[in-house]
Amino acid sequence: MADNRLEITLSGVRLDNPVIPASGTFGFGQEMAEAYDINCLGSLSFKGTTREARYGNPLPRIAECGSYGMINAVGLQNPGVEKVIEHELPELRRIFRKPIVANISGFSIEDYQYACALLDKEEQVEILEVNISCPNVHNGGMAFGTSPEAAAEVTRAVKAVTTKPVYMKLSPNVTDIVAIAKACEEAGADGLCLINTMLGMRIDIRRKKPIIANRYGGYSGPGIFPIALRMVNQVARATKLPIIGCGGVGTAEDVVEMMMAGATAVEVGAANLVNPTACKDIIDALPRVLDEIGVERLEDIIGVVNKD
Amino acid sequence: MRQGKYTILKNEALTAQVWRMELAGDTEGIRPGQFVDIRLPELFLRRPISVCNAEEGVLTIIYKVVGKGTDLMRTLTAGTELDLLTCLGNGYDLSQAGEKPLLLGGGVGVPPLYMLAKELCREGKRPVVVLGFNTAAEIFYAEELAALGCEVRVTTADGSAGQKGFVTDALPAEYTYFYACGPLPMLRAIERSCTSDGEMSYEERMGCGFGVCVGCTVKTIAGYKRVCKDGPVFKVKEVINE
Ligand SMILES: Cc1cc2nc3c(=O)[nH]c(=O)nc-3n(C[C@H](O)[C@H](O)[C@H](O)COP(=O)(O)OP(=O)(O)OC[C@H]3O[C@@H](n4cnc5c(N)ncnc54)[C@H](O)[C@@H]3O)c2cc1C
Ligand SMILES: Cc1cc2nc3c(=O)[nH]c(=O)nc-3n(C[C@H](O)[C@H](O)[C@H](O)COP(=O)(O)O)c2cc1C
Ligand code: FES
Repeated sequence: MADNRLEITLSGVRLDNPVIPASGTFGFGQEMAEAYDINCLGSLSFKGTTREARYGNPLPRIAECGSYGMINAVGLQNPGVEKVIEHELPELRRIFRKPIVANISGFSIEDYQYACALLDKEEQVEILEVNISCPNVHNGGMAFGTSPEAAAEVTRAVKAVTTKPVYMKLSPNVTDIVAIAKACEEAGADGLCLINTMLGMRIDIRRKKPIIANRYGGYSGPGIFPIALRMVNQVARATKLPIIGCGGVGTAEDVVEMMMAGATAVEVGAANLVNPTACKDIIDALPRVLDEIGVERLEDIIGVVNKD
Repeated sequence: MRQGKYTILKNEALTAQVWRMELAGDTEGIRPGQFVDIRLPELFLRRPISVCNAEEGVLTIIYKVVGKGTDLMRTLTAGTELDLLTCLGNGYDLSQAGEKPLLLGGGVGVPPLYMLAKELCREGKRPVVVLGFNTAAEIFYAEELAALGCEVRVTTADGSAGQKGFVTDALPAEYTYFYACGPLPMLRAIERSCTSDGEMSYEERMGCGFGVCVGCTVKTIAGYKRVCKDGPVFKVKEVINE
């Protein structure tokens, strides 16, 4: 079934196509499998996990932003890395045969190491995606992704406990994403994933209160696509690392654009929430888009706009 | 979860703010207490609305105009095609009803009780339905529920129709089990007043509506549960009130 025109390789991990559901928008695959056979995906990044189980933030933790997207302030609700390994991953394995991207968050360097060391032992997990960019938790998450020194420290610590490719997931809520990306590269990261959500806010003007109980949350969806694209391009031009481009992708054309900017693979986030078959629809449409633009193999377009 | 295209057959006002929409499309497998999630032009998130009735390819929903999405829905005309996710949520547990179940609905919590009452009557049960509204002009579906064969009691907060007060002021002396849907303060009052076991339907702001984003999770006595997937119906006192 796999169309080899769409094949790409991320740090030695071969994927049938570059389309990966982004962490937090696909759960652990079970609900989506009710909508379609998820084995058409290139890979899957599961809901961010942490050392301890977490409930996350108070409700409401979702707000809409017109047609541009949404804000979420889930705050890393997950059953904890042990339960993920014990329960969620075996369940996922029953329905999904492709490589898995493990998304990991933490509140201290030790937290990151703890979860990464455990997930390192999972055969189907082929890439560790280390989230240093969650805007929805205090004293952690994004704090590590907003300083080059801290980002480098997490990178080094995680690299020390795993032999799997380590992708650092970067925050757009910084003045200079290139500095953070370079710090991760120098610290030994195998790749980068960008971007996570942008800090945002909505107010209920009738109640005169923020809609999100936590006041702010992470803005994502079509509205952030141009920003994500720009950041992917800046980082692609400044580092040699493979990039998973993410942010506002909703169509096959968006995937092509992300890859032209310099991404090797692409994550699809909020689009999954409004159209459960978003990833499948994108994959199905990719060959037609390649025909339209006269490209034989998707891999050939990676970073084309940077070649001069 | 199912996804499908539905064509609007009718879209009409029941009161100044509450509208009823009938749609043609697949109604197979839709149970009372479940909801649909409606994609609307120019709006990113879908809008969750309870199923009021689903029968032989006609889906009925009743919605109150409260914001951008529902205001847009009001303007849609017959023939318009909409993208819906259906069969969402757990729905009511009919096996618990007993002979004389009590159905309690407040405002736009009334619609899902219609399909529930219909199924219960079909099973030969004798439901008592207590409806709560703010004022006489806001009342809808009392007659439709009575036409199914239910005993219907109406309460209004201002006393302009039926009994003055809230649904909890018009409870029958005896009932075997209760089903409730309405605003949170009403659900809390029911929890305090009802003497039988029962279940209630919750509302929460949703990202996906089918269980993947965990945007809608509540704390329950049995751990964290998603209103969209594990609910929206929970047993009485199951959800921890914070
Ligand atoms: C399971 C379930 C069943 C529902 N059944 C019905 C029904 O049968 N009839 C009915 O009139 N209403 C029902 N609601 C409430 C309905 O979803 C909201 O009134 C509607 O989404 C408001 O959309 P809007 O664009 O008009 O409002 P806006 O305020 O413009 O919406 C902005 C965002 O907030 C969300 N939102 C706003 N109010 C609510 C709310 N009360 N609950 C959940 N999300 C909200 C919207 O979905 C949207 O994402 C139900 C809600 C849930 C969760
Ligand atoms: C509901 C929701 C939950 C998310 N949870 C996580 C998470 O646990 N870990 C993570 O790294 N990113 C998380 N994200 C961020 C996404 O993976 C993605 O980086 C971001 O949403 C931008 O992509 P998009 O515009 O396609 O949604 C979440 C996003 C959403 C909308
Ligand atoms: S709304 Fe996404 S899990 Fe309930």
